[in-house]
Amino acid sequence: MSVIGNTALRFSEDQAMIMDVARAFCADRSPMASVRALLESDAGFDPAVWQEMVDMGWPGMTLPEALGGAGLGVAAAVPVFEAMGRSLLGGPLMASLLAGQLLLRAQTGDADDNALLAIAAGVPATIALLDSADWGAERIRCELQDGVLRGVKQQVMEAAAAEWFVVVAQEHNAPVLAVVPATAVARAVRRDHVLIDATRRAQSIDFTGIQVSEEAVLRGPAVTSALHDVRLLGALLLAAEAGGSAASCLDTTVDYLKTRKQFGKLIGSYQALKHPCVDILMAVDSTRSFVYHAATLLGEDALDTDAEIACRMAKAQATETLKYAGDRAVQFHGGMGFTWECDAQLYLRRAQWVQQAFGDAPHHRKRLAHLLLDR
Amino acid sequence: MSQVSEKEKAAFRQQVAAWMQANKPADPGFLLPQSFMEVGSEQQLDFLREWQHKVWSAGYLGMAWPREYGGQGVDPVFQSIADQEMRGHAVPICFNVIGLGWAGPLINDMGTEAEKARYLKGILSGEDIWCQGFSEPDHGSDLGNAQLRARRDGDEYVLNGTKIWTTMGNFAKYMILLARTNPEAERKYDGLSFFLAPMQVAGVDPRPIRKLTGEYGFTETFFTDARIPASCLMGEEGQGWKIAMQTLQYERGAEAGAAGGLAFVRIAIDDMIAGLADVERDGAPALQDPAIRDQLVQMIMEEKAVVLGDRRAGIGPLTTDYPFSLPLSNKLRFTESTRRMRQLAINLQGAEGGLYVGDEGAREGGFWQRAYLNSFSATIGGGTSQVQANIIAEHILGLPK
Repeated sequence: MSVIGNTALRFSEDQAMIMDVARAFCADRSPMASVRALLESDAGFDPAVWQEMVDMGWPGMTLPEALGGAGLGVAAAVPVFEAMGRSLLGGPLMASLLAGQLLLRAQTGDADDNALLAIAAGVPATIALLDSADWGAERIRCELQDGVLRGVKQQVMEAAAAEWFVVVAQEHNAPVLAVVPATAVARAVRRDHVLIDATRRAQSIDFTGIQVSEEAVLRGPAVTSALHDVRLLGALLLAAEAGGSAASCLDTTVDYLKTRKQFGKLIGSYQALKHPCVDILMAVDSTRSFVYHAATLLGEDALDTDAEIACRMAKAQATETLKYAGDRAVQFHGGMGFTWECDAQLYLRRAQWVQQAFGDAPHHRKRLAHLLLDR
Repeated sequence: MSQVSEKEKAAFRQQVAAWMQANKPADPGFLLPQSFMEVGSEQQLDFLREWQHKVWSAGYLGMAWPREYGGQGVDPVFQSIADQEMRGHAVPICFNVIGLGWAGPLINDMGTEAEKARYLKGILSGEDIWCQGFSEPDHGSDLGNAQLRARRDGDEYVLNGTKIWTTMGNFAKYMILLARTNPEAERKYDGLSFFLAPMQVAGVDPRPIRKLTGEYGFTETFFTDARIPASCLMGEEGQGWKIAMQTLQYERGAEAGAAGGLAFVRIAIDDMIAGLADVERDGAPALQDPAIRDQLVQMIMEEKAVVLGDRRAGIGPLTTDYPFSLPLSNKLRFTESTRRMRQLAINLQGAEGGLYVGDEGAREGGFWQRAYLNSFSATIGGGTSQVQANIIAEHILGLPK
């Protein structure tokens, strides 16, 4: 078996239709003026636009029909996040979707479905996952003891909007999930982060002392497997989003190179600027290929090794692509690129946030080395 | 579309596989060329000629070409299967590539009966070696500007000028030649004509070029008042550019009209990794070294991205932004990643990376060292990577010239 391994890549008519709708929607509802208006807002997203996304059924897209979802699977959501990334459209969709997937995959038997039903209906939720700056940490520091949480979670995505938190904790040295309603998390224990990507919001939250009822705790091996999966799905969805952002970042740069003149020539005619743009284009192409290859390998069950490899490659590629696209966008805009007013900064700053979230490129490559070379 | 049943295909595949297994030549004791551009010695040539003849005699070359000209007139899908099996069994190349993949299909498509009868069989048997005369010393990447002059004189054309990078020019019997018949043409392309030119005539002087590998494989070919019959002209005067461009489309293989056969030995990254199993670094297996592992993963991803890109190129809704970016960047991606992979293979050998073909301690006989040096033929030939990048920037991204 070659290390190149599985190279399946398929795209269904459903996905194509969702892509068309999502692209048109995001382009229309998230023009650059709206993106900029939201940068310095509290929420970071427009509730009216979120409501439209809810009305289209996006939050429940990947959840089973029995729970009020569309039963389409995560692969169907991939083009949505690519489209959102392209238009820099934020909001609680990714956080909700991942929280829903985590609960769905960790659930066994007749667990309490309230949070999942709410998510499918469009009530925002999020995951409290990170205990430290280390995405690769094995040990969960947040603890659940006698039904009481103790610990601080970092960078809880879209926490202010969330009405449900899925808190990743440990109990008797095993990972557990505690489902906590936002009403139990007082303002005083939340600290708003200032993110380098101003299109997003996150909080650090001290869950210490919060009581969790027995029905609201998920335990067992399914939790471990669900956490493994959701870390990979998070990486993939961010890769899709980053791929979209890198594509529109490239468009922004290319548009500028076609109009800006220096020394009597359009600067886009200089090979020193042209060739890096081609490198970015090829990196964007690679990102899309990895992202949709990974989407092809997703199913309802736990992710297999091929899917894991694909998700990790997608994130490693997307991360480096957006970093490079954003970096060159600022540089190639010259003095303009150094200003707040120039859109290049939006991509550059997003790239710095995305590169770390759900593991940076070396994090994934290290794990890929094991998966590919130690067989 | 092919009408051949899956059952027939599977049976044929089995038959070819059995033949390849039984007839794959033993290691000749010298490094064989990985592509037709690396045939540098008589020894290599004799070996490859014999192999191609054997493949053709067995019926696995030129299968879709007409029976009367040495082919078998069967559906090209059989040739594609045979090609896949040749690749899979890692047998030597069918070296007469310019004949099999360029001149032959062209003659088949637009040649006269006389031309077909005269040329096609010799191409398949390996008896008549063909070379290509497109590039010139002063116009490497700018084919449309070719200046070699072909002047009509009665029943002959008189050739004057120089071609370069003529693969096997010193062994070839014929050349597909792009020459200028009308220097006054308004558009430079309209002054070009296409010839099936004999090489063994007075005034044609192919001088072998020594490559950076220390080996031979190309010639610089000088034409001094060389006279060839006027009947060597393909099509009409002034159609040279169009015909030259047409030859490029046969690259897509047997289904596009080429005779088939293995044109180059594919070197998979797996071969490199397998070959490094015993290499040590800091007293431990190199494949356990975190820095090396990271480099290997990046290389694997680069290769995988090329393969996935080919897959995605066939899916319309996933190529809407720049529909031609994948096909147009394929050459650039593939050749550059090949070059980087081979360089990495040298890096990973430790002190042995400093040895070369001829040193008895060289890893795999210096295979990777030579492969890396040769890889530049693909990043330079057929339009350098930098010219490719310009084409992509201008045609795909719409950046100004």
